[in-house]
Amino acid sequence: MAASSLTVGKAAVDTSNRELKNHLFVSLAVIANTLGNFLLSVGMRSTIFKPWGSPLEYLRIFANPWIDAGVVLLLVWFAAQLSLLSWADLSYVLPITAASYVLTAVFGKVFLHEFISLSRWFGILAISMGVLLVIGTSPRARLGAREILP
Amino acid sequence: MTSWLLLLICVMSGTAGDLLTAKGMRDHGEIDDFRPGAVLGIARWLARNLYMVTGILAQAVSFFSFVALLSVAELSFAVPATALGNVVKTLFAKLFLREHVSWRRWGGAVLVTTGVILVSM
Repeated sequence: MAASSLTVGKAAVDTSNRELKNHLFVSLAVIANTLGNFLLSVGMRSTIFKPWGSPLEYLRIFANPWIDAGVVLLLVWFAAQLSLLSWADLSYVLPITAASYVLTAVFGKVFLHEFISLSRWFGILAISMGVLLVIGTSPRARLGAREILP
Repeated sequence: MTSWLLLLICVMSGTAGDLLTAKGMRDHGEIDDFRPGAVLGIARWLARNLYMVTGILAQAVSFFSFVALLSVAELSFAVPATALGNVVKTLFAKLFLREHVSWRRWGGAVLVTTGVILVSM
């Protein structure tokens, strides 16, 4: 009896650890994606770039530190996204990482003092509702609760 | 015409890229050890996985076609148009990866896509 309650206790700890890890990587992916795109756009706006130019044109942009920082953060985002996909469904990861659109809009408002129109506010509301709807589902819905536990 | 072609390439390669990398990561199994040595081992494993390699190539094609799209079309066209890829990806995740897409996930995908279109209008 004592042994079985101990097992249940361990299982509960495992589940909460997994939830913590999942939410940690979701946050990491969203923040790295938002900041990465932000820095990339700041960098691209401050350089002259010809998209149909030579491959050297694509290498030259790395001389810009904003772009370098943006690329590093986008690599962090990609690693976090891949880690998420190792335990979560694609149909779970995609809508949730869309939270970065909301964060981007907030960033634009707070740091760049961009104007947010009514339709944008409705868009932000719709994305937030979509994220909240999906984050409540199990990351890997194909498996039953018992199969998720090790 | 060029922008529609670039959009098609971007959405198709992006969808293929997401599905293939998701399949590669699923084959690898849940990552639990994030120490540098273990991460290097995972990277080596992934570099030999055909789904992963083709998936990353497809993602690269998608990224560069998106950058090219931005140079011929406005951001307010490019972002919502590529966001429609979310619904396609969810459908393909159900068909090819056999994911259980509940009504909540369908609702989430539709709400997010609608939201992205509204935000970039």
